[in-house]
Amino acid sequence: MANVSLRNVRKTYPGGFEAIKGIEFEIGDGQFCVLVGPSGCGKSTLLRMVAGLETVTSGEVDIGGRVVNEIEPADRDIAMVFQNYALYPHMSVYNNMAYGLRNRGMPKPEIDTRVREAAQTLELAGMLDRKPRQLSGGQRQRVAMGRAIVRQPKVFLFDEPLSNLDAKLRVAMRVEIRKLQRRLKTTSIYVTHDQLEAMTLADILVVMNGGQVEQIGSPLDIYRKPATTFVASFIGAPPMNLIKLGGNEIRAQFAGDSRSAADAGILGVRPEDLTISGAAATDGGITLNLTVEAIERVGAETFVYGTRARAEKAVSATPGELPEGEVIVRIPGQDAPAIGASIRATAPRDKLHLFSVDGRNRIDI
Amino acid sequence: MEKSAVFKGKLLPYLLLVPQLVITLVFFYWPASQAVWQSFLREDAFGLNSEFIGLENYQALLAQPEYYKAMATTVVFSSLVAALSLSIALLFATQADKNLKAAPTFKVMMIWPYAVAPAVAGVLWLFIFHPSLGTMARPLRMMGFNWNPMLNGNHAMALVVMAAVWKQIAYNFLFFLAGLQAIPRSVLEAGAIDGAGPYRRFWTITFPLLSPTTFFLLVVNVVYVFFDTFGIIDAVTGGGPAGATTTMVYKVYADGRLGGDLGGSAAQSVILMVIVIALTAIQFRYVERKVQY
Amino acid sequence: MVEHRRWNDILAYAILTFGVFIVVFPVYVALIASTHDAATVVNGNMPMLPGSHTLENYYRAIFVGGSRASREPVGHMLMNSFVMAMGIALGKIVISILSAYAVVYFRFPFRQTAFWIIFVTLMLPVEVRIYPTYKVIADLKMLDTYAGLILPLIASATGTLLFRQFFMTIPDELLEASRIDGAGPFRFFKDTLLPLSVTTMAALFVIQFIYGWNQYLWPLLITTQESMQTIVTGIKKMLTTTDELAEWQLAMATAILAMVPPVAVVVFMQRLFVRGLVETEK
Repeated sequence: MANVSLRNVRKTYPGGFEAIKGIEFEIGDGQFCVLVGPSGCGKSTLLRMVAGLETVTSGEVDIGGRVVNEIEPADRDIAMVFQNYALYPHMSVYNNMAYGLRNRGMPKPEIDTRVREAAQTLELAGMLDRKPRQLSGGQRQRVAMGRAIVRQPKVFLFDEPLSNLDAKLRVAMRVEIRKLQRRLKTTSIYVTHDQLEAMTLADILVVMNGGQVEQIGSPLDIYRKPATTFVASFIGAPPMNLIKLGGNEIRAQFAGDSRSAADAGILGVRPEDLTISGAAATDGGITLNLTVEAIERVGAETFVYGTRARAEKAVSATPGELPEGEVIVRIPGQDAPAIGASIRATAPRDKLHLFSVDGRNRIDI
Repeated sequence: MEKSAVFKGKLLPYLLLVPQLVITLVFFYWPASQAVWQSFLREDAFGLNSEFIGLENYQALLAQPEYYKAMATTVVFSSLVAALSLSIALLFATQADKNLKAAPTFKVMMIWPYAVAPAVAGVLWLFIFHPSLGTMARPLRMMGFNWNPMLNGNHAMALVVMAAVWKQIAYNFLFFLAGLQAIPRSVLEAGAIDGAGPYRRFWTITFPLLSPTTFFLLVVNVVYVFFDTFGIIDAVTGGGPAGATTTMVYKVYADGRLGGDLGGSAAQSVILMVIVIALTAIQFRYVERKVQY
Repeated sequence: MVEHRRWNDILAYAILTFGVFIVVFPVYVALIASTHDAATVVNGNMPMLPGSHTLENYYRAIFVGGSRASREPVGHMLMNSFVMAMGIALGKIVISILSAYAVVYFRFPFRQTAFWIIFVTLMLPVEVRIYPTYKVIADLKMLDTYAGLILPLIASATGTLLFRQFFMTIPDELLEASRIDGAGPFRFFKDTLLPLSVTTMAALFVIQFIYGWNQYLWPLLITTQESMQTIVTGIKKMLTTTDELAEWQLAMATAILAMVPPVAVVVFMQRLFVRGLVETEK
């Protein structure tokens, strides 16, 4: 059990590319931390630096109060689950799990107990003699986890472990991982590009982009108060509607707050916070007049894609780009307006998000 | 593995095959079957009369001490060359596999000996180790060896082995390097996290995963020693001194030169054919069982 | 990885440099020897630095002859080697691409048989059938000819197998598309297959050229006239004069010359060479 601290950690590759640009945060003992972000944002690199598979150019990585920058992976007392599982192809499931313990000179009976216990927990008990190539994807994933569990390390590291599984299995395994971590209470760092996994697994969520941290907080905090337009459109699906505001609109909507009037540039509102109604919004909420372009029925809910009467460009914040002027509205249930119809969508003031013109700052209203 | 899209030619495919088939029949099957047939005959000195004698040639062969000597020489030779060139090549390949900046340069530098003719390699090594004028002759004598491959059978063997190993390292290096690079990095990283240092990782993970390549190279190296080393032997020792470096292939050549016993020579060829076919069969069978990731 | 990085890398560089040294040393010595005069070379104490007789030695080797006993200029032997190697490489490519094309893209009776007939030749290298093959060549009156040097060595199946493997990776849709476009077997071969096969042909060329150039036993047997010797067989002959001391410095010069073309091919066409090696051994 240990906490993990990152203090002004940087990584520059030979050749000059700066992959990690000064990251600083702390993960408490027993917490489940998720690093989420698009491909190339540096989340895997950061994880591998904690593991010792990548070197740290400057800054400190601290595990359990000990600076580990120069310590080999084997001595950091960590365990890692790789995206492609990285099982030893020539060893049986039993030996895959026992390997790490043997390397540390643990006595045989103890190894046996631990391996069998882990196999029991992960429902691998009948497969201990098989080789990896005889297992399915999900089984291999569990062996990879078993290999990590038996070590009883200070920190678990997960590098997109569910990416190679099919959708259904992914959902099931997600829950299992969470339950397991709760039971073992081991500090965990989990990397994923899937915002849903991030939301459901994390105690602490770290949203990364371009080698930097965009926001850290609990999933719900981030959901309710995204700090930048990047985070706003990355967390939550379908992505938040981001609307660039012209000067007149600002004054009209937020006339009372002169400070916000000066800096504001982008208005954000989530599809689930818009309602289709006949009446215009009151009390500082917004009203959007839309022409319905497309409808998506998912069963429990419906997504309506509409365009605003005036051709205002929506901000394209990657990921989750919306085309010019398009707005998504979420309607519970299956009743939806017809395509081509004109509708009016409103949202109350407390569901609005306001950002600076460059999208990098949140303005509280 | 069949193509589903094909042409339905009648005459054309046969025409296309003719050149290859003709050459193969004339220069492969005919001589090979001639060898088999001749091994059952005894011909007189003028090649006019021939007499079918069944397995007598083989029996005579297997009664000759020189033949066993040639077999022993071949076995010793292959074992030494295989062991040395495989282990040295593996050592170099593992070093070249690390992500060094100069790795591509080293790679080129290590593989070009493949292009050197065995006979030329033999001549080079003979020059260096020549008892009287070789560069290494004096240092060796100063160290106490009475170095003379012209007279001492073991020295001759050592020299030939060195020349053969020198050439073969390049080939083995290439295949070992390819085999090493086929091992996923993540498996080795997992090993590192599991507490295995570089040395332990190599023997418990890398080496087992390399075994198909190793086995393949072992067979290839043995075949190499059997056949491709003719040039080295002829250039360096001429099979001597006193047959110390005469391998089975060399014996076929030498006996044929002396002339007279075509039947015996053919029998030797046939025995060699059987050995090669067996080795190739083993290789094909084993290459099927590859490690999957 | 964070793992004694510097020490690890230094060790690697040291071992590899040592390896390169071992590999290069014999050739270096030969190169040096080819630049000194006869006396320096044979006294057992040859210096490790180049001498001053380079031009003289190479001139004599190429144009005059390897030793006083053998009047054969190396230049001529180089020509023979070149013709032989090119003949083997090109010949192999031509007959095997045709036979691979037939076996892969046509259906006809005895197709499987034909394939196996060709495939079996992989098993036996020429050394195993030398004397009977010699007799065949002699009977065909092809001793001391280029044809005799070349033909028996293109009999094996390596090329056919290589092309067959390559053809298997070409999508069927290409053939179907060109058929719809009205192309028959010739057009398809010429316009589609051949251009796609260029790299495979080049890889095979590299391997076969080296194979042909480095042949020893076969040319030794079937060439009796000195004018037909290849450079590889010629070197050995230079060293086995009975009446006088062999001229080692010329022999070394010849050895260097014998190595240059195949090594150049490997170095400049390295990627193709590696590919050719790996593919033909499967």
